[in-house]
Amino acid sequence: MPEFTIKVDQNRYLPVGGREVHAIVTVEATGAGAAAAATSAAEVIIIDTSGSMSFGDKMAEAKRAAKAAVDVLRDGVRFAVVAGFNLARPVYPADETLAVASPQTREEAKRAIGRLDASGGTAIGSWLRMAHKLMSRHGAGVRHAILLTDGKNQHETPAELDAALAEVNGGFVCDCRGVGTDWEVAELRKIASAMLGSVDIVADPRDLEADFRAMAEKAMGKAVADVALRVWTPQNGTVKFLKQVAPSLEDLTGRRVESAPQSGDYPTGTWGDEIRDYHLCVQVPPSDVGRQMRAAWVKLVVPDGAGGEQVLASGNVLAEWTDDEAKSTQINPRVADYTGQAELAAAIQEGLAARREGDVDTATARLGRAVVLARQAGNEQIGRLLERVVDVIDPVTGTVRLKKNVDKVDEMSLDTRSTKTVRTRKDGG
Amino acid sequence: MKAAGCPECGYPVLPHHGFCEACGVPLRGAASPAPKARARPAECVECGSTEISDGFCGQCGLRQPDGREHVEVTTPTAAGVSDRGRRHSRNEDAMAVVETGGRVIAVVCDGVSSAPRPEEASQIAAETGAAMLTAQLDAGADTEAATRAAVLRAGKAVAALAASEHEAPACTYVSAVVDVGAVTVGWVGDSRAYWISDGTGARPSTVLTADDSWAAQMVELGVLTPAQAHADVRAHTLTSWLGADAGELRPRVERFEPGGPGAVVLCTDGLWNYLPEAAELAEAVHRARAGDPARPPLEIAGELVRTALDAGGHDNVTVVLIPFPPPEAGSPYPAG
Repeated sequence: MPEFTIKVDQNRYLPVGGREVHAIVTVEATGAGAAAAATSAAEVIIIDTSGSMSFGDKMAEAKRAAKAAVDVLRDGVRFAVVAGFNLARPVYPADETLAVASPQTREEAKRAIGRLDASGGTAIGSWLRMAHKLMSRHGAGVRHAILLTDGKNQHETPAELDAALAEVNGGFVCDCRGVGTDWEVAELRKIASAMLGSVDIVADPRDLEADFRAMAEKAMGKAVADVALRVWTPQNGTVKFLKQVAPSLEDLTGRRVESAPQSGDYPTGTWGDEIRDYHLCVQVPPSDVGRQMRAAWVKLVVPDGAGGEQVLASGNVLAEWTDDEAKSTQINPRVADYTGQAELAAAIQEGLAARREGDVDTATARLGRAVVLARQAGNEQIGRLLERVVDVIDPVTGTVRLKKNVDKVDEMSLDTRSTKTVRTRKDGG
Repeated sequence: MKAAGCPECGYPVLPHHGFCEACGVPLRGAASPAPKARARPAECVECGSTEISDGFCGQCGLRQPDGREHVEVTTPTAAGVSDRGRRHSRNEDAMAVVETGGRVIAVVCDGVSSAPRPEEASQIAAETGAAMLTAQLDAGADTEAATRAAVLRAGKAVAALAASEHEAPACTYVSAVVDVGAVTVGWVGDSRAYWISDGTGARPSTVLTADDSWAAQMVELGVLTPAQAHADVRAHTLTSWLGADAGELRPRVERFEPGGPGAVVLCTDGLWNYLPEAAELAEAVHRARAGDPARPPLEIAGELVRTALDAGGHDNVTVVLIPFPPPEAGSPYPAG
């Protein structure tokens, strides 16, 4: 088990009558390396084999990528390769089981991948169901999937996809990749979000191999699964929101599962050596000047494998009422920074949506605002992507003009990566 | 001089005894109790819930009292009172008072609220400083050298609390060694030592320390008048403190010969904010003593704390009062 720490960064001072407490909760896991090697893990690689994959060199590159991911699996890991079209078909092993990684099974899997053909449609819900079916036989441990698609989820209704997501909820973590530009960012983002995984665009199929290898390596570094953030709030207090804010934005507010009176659990998935920041906002009943309250007690909990649970780390979010305005009016710099970064993501997504709908005024205003916020956040990657969609006339005021011709890749990259944040540190920078 | 009984076993002990010769219990010295020293209340002071964990109520979340809200310490000669005040959730001040070999040693510290765990910083600084001073002076060290060494040792103890330079607990520090002929003070930060004159040949009341603060710096540079400087929001910003992020410590040490009877007051800004001038503080001390020249130091210190609370109690308040000269040393001056 890696070592976990929780750190809380906040301004605990509230004005007289103040109710809303903000804090950045940083969770860090270290020493996962050795633990990961000894962890029971399952990996399912889902490759889109719909007909459109046969265009260009997408299928060939997808095969290379899947093989690269298989090569990264360490001996003993349970794994499967699944082909996705209107249905999901187990490619290796062919009998809806998980294989145990070894030099022999890896070779067999790669040969099976080599025989894949592209035909049929896209029904991602059914692919996820298949992965879930395979992994649910594996039991506890790190359960991870890689999902590659090149198109929209055309052969399922949105309701069918939602039903599948609800069914597989918590079953495994799934990193999603869209290859080319014919898939839908919002749709894949929704899937990745629900599965607590990442989403990214791989515009050039030739980049798939490196990306798959990196994802599989990262998955192999995970040492603990099913970790939840438990948030206790005082009587008559509520969690207004809980968002992961680094390394990417993920609103977890709606994922709450009540775990005890005054306590709710929020899923965080699997952990290797990594740092994540969460922005927690709680509302508490006001108290008297000079009183200090535990506004939230944040704990990291994990099942102990014996029906119980283990607390890995904990931290306090405090509230203290003061009549000293110099204290209560200070906004914690990291809270301010992440608030800005969340607004940046929203501005980009709203701006791009307005642009698609032909609402030039809204698109110009929102993307202009995004330019300002990206600059404030020091997010150079987003800044560069924005400049491919708008001409920046004044970066300080956010005066921009929509570009006439925008490459689809640039628009989709900006949209997909809008939720990637720049981690802020306490000591500035 | 009459022999008092050991508080533990009743065996007669003399004021200069550090420990009871019969049962070995320490006789001199007292300090703010550590937060853990007091048993947790069984019920939340706010909602009555019995679920208390980590010092917080498990139901309403209120931080429970830690035993430092109001602390009084006495030695045969001196006394100290420390109070949370009316506006702060905790008392982050700490004090330690020791009587040894005919002198009184006292340390007062004020935890820096903007740093983590200020109450731990002040506590360990006060205890370490007093212990170091006692050990050095008992070993015959020079008072000024011992004062300086104690500040440095206390600084090390506070620095050791830090997880990193960016999460470094910090506090102020002021110490006094009061012996038969002189008062030796040492300090870092803006907690103060005052000389309160009883008249009768003694030097007039005065501040013995100079704040390591923004306001003091502005006045020293001649940029602002004291009134202007103290009206600024930055007035209390420390320019020097104990802590891992403090850089090299340059404790300031002064030796003062009162020349006559009076008292030394050590205090945190929770008191001197309301009585900044030595004359004002002296007047408050004399007022507290009016009608009873033999009023115990504990009551006078208590009166001074009450003055700060009545004026608003915006900060933690700590006052240590040490009569000069220490009586068991045999006073060469007429009683005031």
